[in-house]
Amino acid sequence: MELTFIDIIRRALDEEMDRDAAIYLLGEDVAAGGAFGVTKGLVDKHGTNRVKNTPISEAAITGMATGAALCGLRPVLEIMFIDFATLAMDCLVNQAAKYRYMSGGQLSVPMVVRTQVGAAGGAAAQHSQSLESWFIHVPGLIVVAPSSPVEAYGLLKSAIRLSDPVLFIEHKRLYAMKEDLPEGAGPLPIGQARVARAGKDVTIIVYSAMVRTALAAADNLAKEGISCEVIDLRTLVPLDIETLLKSVTKTRRVVIAHEAVEVGGVGAEIAARLGSLAFEELDAPIVRVGCPFAPIPFAPELEKALLPGSREIEKAVRELIA
Amino acid sequence: MTDLSLKMLHRFYEQLWQIRFFEGHVQRLAASGEVPGFPHLSTGQEAVAVGVCANLTEGDMLFSGHRAHGHVLAKGSDPYATFCEVIGRQDGLCQGRGGSMHLVDVSTGMLGATGVVAGNLSLAAGAAWAAQVANKEKIAVVFFGDGATGSGVFHETLNLAGLWQLPLLFVCENNGMAEFTGREEHSDVAKVSAFAAPYGISAQTIDGNDVLVVNAAARSAIQGIRAGSGPYLLECMTYRMAGHYVGDAQHYRSKEEMATMKEKDPIERLRLHLLAKGDSAEELEAIMQRVKAEMTAVVDRARKAAHPDPATVMDYVYSADFPGREENAKWN
Repeated sequence: MELTFIDIIRRALDEEMDRDAAIYLLGEDVAAGGAFGVTKGLVDKHGTNRVKNTPISEAAITGMATGAALCGLRPVLEIMFIDFATLAMDCLVNQAAKYRYMSGGQLSVPMVVRTQVGAAGGAAAQHSQSLESWFIHVPGLIVVAPSSPVEAYGLLKSAIRLSDPVLFIEHKRLYAMKEDLPEGAGPLPIGQARVARAGKDVTIIVYSAMVRTALAAADNLAKEGISCEVIDLRTLVPLDIETLLKSVTKTRRVVIAHEAVEVGGVGAEIAARLGSLAFEELDAPIVRVGCPFAPIPFAPELEKALLPGSREIEKAVRELIA
Repeated sequence: MTDLSLKMLHRFYEQLWQIRFFEGHVQRLAASGEVPGFPHLSTGQEAVAVGVCANLTEGDMLFSGHRAHGHVLAKGSDPYATFCEVIGRQDGLCQGRGGSMHLVDVSTGMLGATGVVAGNLSLAAGAAWAAQVANKEKIAVVFFGDGATGSGVFHETLNLAGLWQLPLLFVCENNGMAEFTGREEHSDVAKVSAFAAPYGISAQTIDGNDVLVVNAAARSAIQGIRAGSGPYLLECMTYRMAGHYVGDAQHYRSKEEMATMKEKDPIERLRLHLLAKGDSAEELEAIMQRVKAEMTAVVDRARKAAHPDPATVMDYVYSADFPGREENAKWN
């Protein structure tokens, strides 16, 4: 049966809550289903004790999830939009990420913060951002960004079972995407990138919703005789540099694409690392595709003008090949 | 006020001196460059730590702010391991990874100090929530200064604690100073306890420099919390005899103010109380000398303790089950 991204996340949460009584959900409106209906109905099965609505207090609820994680619970917190994670930054950056280190290994924070990124449908500048690069900069955090419903199912299960704080990034444009959940699907490895499409001319490195976009670009480019290898990072921390190096050694050309602002983005980090580790393997400079240095606009035609898509990836690849 | 046994009173007297001497050594060694970073002293505020922690069990979960030495010691941590941490040694509570502002001792339930003002209030609420869902009699306690009340998360946490009826004791050490400026420059709300009522939380403002008053108020508040009556805010009026940090020249204080310090000193006040109860000055002097000698021995030993091995700097960034662990270790 085909399930949407939303249905599949709900199923993963439900199954994990069945498996482990220490898992608690909390966040704004989660008992009512949350802003996108991800947690809809879970309260009926697991009760108001384990599916807790909170006030609109991102700083305090992130702190509460962290404190509870120190004391034996495994909270899964929903921050409705990553834009609002700005209000929880003290806890995420100064407390949760560093607790294990600062305590000399006495304590850890097994917490998942589910949040949601991306521009779609005029959500405008404060509900559309892709701020993941801020979090890859903080030692102690794990950052996961699934590219499809089935991927999200396996990665969320793994994230919930880890002992360290995870930022689990869902893309709002993937929420309606449907896939069959294969029989026997289970947790997916954290820290292993996936070759989403094999190819030999150019490596396209992507994650989250940009994987789908890159696959579409690869289809179009194949018609022109250009063979693209598309790599889905799955997790930004830890970063599977081995898989990237293997692909780069084969194709000798790299495009890194993300919806986040290009400046200071995840692509900058990957480009720098590939540049120093695989300089000899490269036949051309690494090219990045990302959002121009501007906030996400409201009007649909402006939003469309700003967002990088298949066309931008194809253009970058053609220029590399030329 | 319940009449405490003489044994208990002597225990308080010892603990107050223990913290005072501990921090005296911190101050002395900081001046000579042996204490890295920014240690913050609680000199003059020790009665709050001792009076509150006397009513906690090992299972109760304690959180504190940047001025936490006294809380850690009063909760029962080993002074040697605590001092080692403050001077960054391998035998320290956190193996030298945390330091003065980040003391953690899981063995005593001291779950964490923080260097960010108001940073641990919500964590304590989370710990209280964990105790609540586990249906345990355990409670969480968080110490913070009056400066923390200017932070939004203080109000968010009070709201949540009241709403969820969490087993949580907020202890405000109101020393009238937020870093380098007086409370009157920070808020028109004179009493921190006044913030509690709108959130449905019981509260009281007490003399935080009288350990007997603190002990009695904390006992009553904690009994209520354990019985399920929800959170409580205890505002302890106290006096920071030290500067904001070690080395603070305190130009913001007048000579007259400095002169009245002794009257406020919680140790002197307990001493006078004990004398009135019939203890001799010699007896009390002997207790003080014994604690002093013990602390000197602790500090001497700590100063000889091994420094952390630089090769271990990448330990504890992530847990053992972190898949990128080997890769991460390569950064060093």
